Amino acid sequence: MSAANSVLTHRRAQILPTIVLLLGSIYCLVPVAWVLVASTKSSGELFSTFTFAPGTGLLDNLRDLFTYGNGLYLRWTANSALYAIAGAAASTLISALAGYAMAKYDFRGRSLLFYAILAGVLVPGMTLAIPQYLIMSELDLVGGYWSVLLPSLISPFGIYLARVYAMASVPDSTMEAARIDGASEYRIFGSIGMPMMVPGMVTIFLLQFVGIWNNFLLPFIMLSDESKFPITVGLYTVLSKGSGQPTLYGIAIVGAAVSVIPLIVLLLSLQRFWRLDLLSGGLKG
Amino acid sequence: MTALPRAERRSRAPYLFVAPAVLLFVAFLAVPIGYAIYLSARGLRLTGKGIFGTREEVFVGLDNYVKTLTDPGFFAGFGRLALYGLISVPLTLGLALLFALLLDHAGSRAKRFSRTAIFIPYAVPGVTASLLWGFMYLPSTSPFSYLTRELGLGEIPFLGAGGIYPSLANIAVWGGVGFNMIIIFTSLRGIPSELYDAARIDGASEWQIAWRVKIPLVAPALVLTGLFSLIGTLQVYGEPTTVKPMTSEISGDWVPLMHIYRDAFVRDDLALASAASVLLAVGTLVVSVLLLKVTQKRAFGGMQ
Repeated sequence: MSAANSVLTHRRAQILPTIVLLLGSIYCLVPVAWVLVASTKSSGELFSTFTFAPGTGLLDNLRDLFTYGNGLYLRWTANSALYAIAGAAASTLISALAGYAMAKYDFRGRSLLFYAILAGVLVPGMTLAIPQYLIMSELDLVGGYWSVLLPSLISPFGIYLARVYAMASVPDSTMEAARIDGASEYRIFGSIGMPMMVPGMVTIFLLQFVGIWNNFLLPFIMLSDESKFPITVGLYTVLSKGSGQPTLYGIAIVGAAVSVIPLIVLLLSLQRFWRLDLLSGGLKG
Repeated sequence: MTALPRAERRSRAPYLFVAPAVLLFVAFLAVPIGYAIYLSARGLRLTGKGIFGTREEVFVGLDNYVKTLTDPGFFAGFGRLALYGLISVPLTLGLALLFALLLDHAGSRAKRFSRTAIFIPYAVPGVTASLLWGFMYLPSTSPFSYLTRELGLGEIPFLGAGGIYPSLANIAVWGGVGFNMIIIFTSLRGIPSELYDAARIDGASEWQIAWRVKIPLVAPALVLTGLFSLIGTLQVYGEPTTVKPMTSEISGDWVPLMHIYRDAFVRDDLALASAASVLLAVGTLVVSVLLLKVTQKRAFGGMQ
């Protein structure tokens, strides 16, 4: 192979992969770009102009969005934030405690618990939404905040991950040393185990946060009062009412655009805290 | 507490640590399943005679299961789901693996940008993604149909009878590629580079290294992502429900969960819905366990 030829193949080894990656990026960004552009259009422009040309209606659309149903949209955003932040924080702590205990202690019922958790990972919560609804209605909680919050506190996958993280990052020797120094088991968890698990806990938190924020079926089944809806259910109701009313389409589009931005910002700013390497590392055993 | 010997305190700690998780697990996963099984064996039946007969809830055994299993509508839902999954799962995993390998490939450029861009859809809820794509499919607002119309080719029937499966599968692919790519990519980064050096010295091309070294080594991550894509497919609900108002191709029982929802809340037959829920949950468990068995438990088995 001549020198020129080898430079050429080297070039090709750079260009083709880069083009494929950029095509993938375009595929993933186009819908987001489209909704941002569409949110600037008045309802007349939405159906008449080229869809990637910006319109003139952004401010009107935003006003329509935030005044819809007396500020329901802000309410939905606040509800989504409440469900996702409170739910993810509590479930991360619960998962960390359980995962740590399963990784670091030998106790009766541990393997039973492990198999139960594994079964929980494999049986998706969604298939249980109707049975959960039935339990909630027995408890008289249907329709309230708790009916959405409580089922999202238990995350078998979170517990599974916490166990992986605890096994990988909390050394037995450190725990033993603390025991010799007279620290209680609770103190060891609080001041040694948990701090060491923080990177893993951030990942569990983010997974749970996105999972709860994205959940549709559970709040859709549990709630009937519009003022308690999260964004997903709220936007869906706007859309399903919108079949005959183009203005509601406009509200659904601008609502989607506004709701997408903070989550993307959050995810990108926390990107470096993702510790999925531990997940795939743990999987190799 | 102080009266207890140290060892005993220690043996109590793990139980306290797992207590909240166990309580919640029992209350919101185990009990609902048990209650659903109980309800699924009950039903409203006419008792008494003639015009004085009343409807009473009685034990009906397996009637609801028989009814569900012999309901062509429920099975049709699984058929539609299978078609949808046959498109979405291989495409999601294939693209995720392709992008992960390219990100790991030394020659690629614009890696940071691509990784971030491809991951962005993960932040978009399925319902919102369906809304975005739905409008991009809708003839009156679709940028693609706008272009083909301008070119004199007419509209693309995204939401028509033939287009609905690929169109819905595309929403799942779009939402799932980035996350799966990150899992596979992080797994690739964990492979020691000496392995590649050894292969290169043996004269392997980059293509051969990817095929013979990288892919076999990330198999556990592929099994995991495959498993989650499969589980995700079996619980599809939000996407078709959101697109439903835009097309006449999606019926009220298009996928099993929509069928269950309709039985429970539109037809008010909770017993039948419970039986179908139990069947769906058991079915999912069986499918996942089979997948893990077939792949030799690579994903979770190593953890024992």
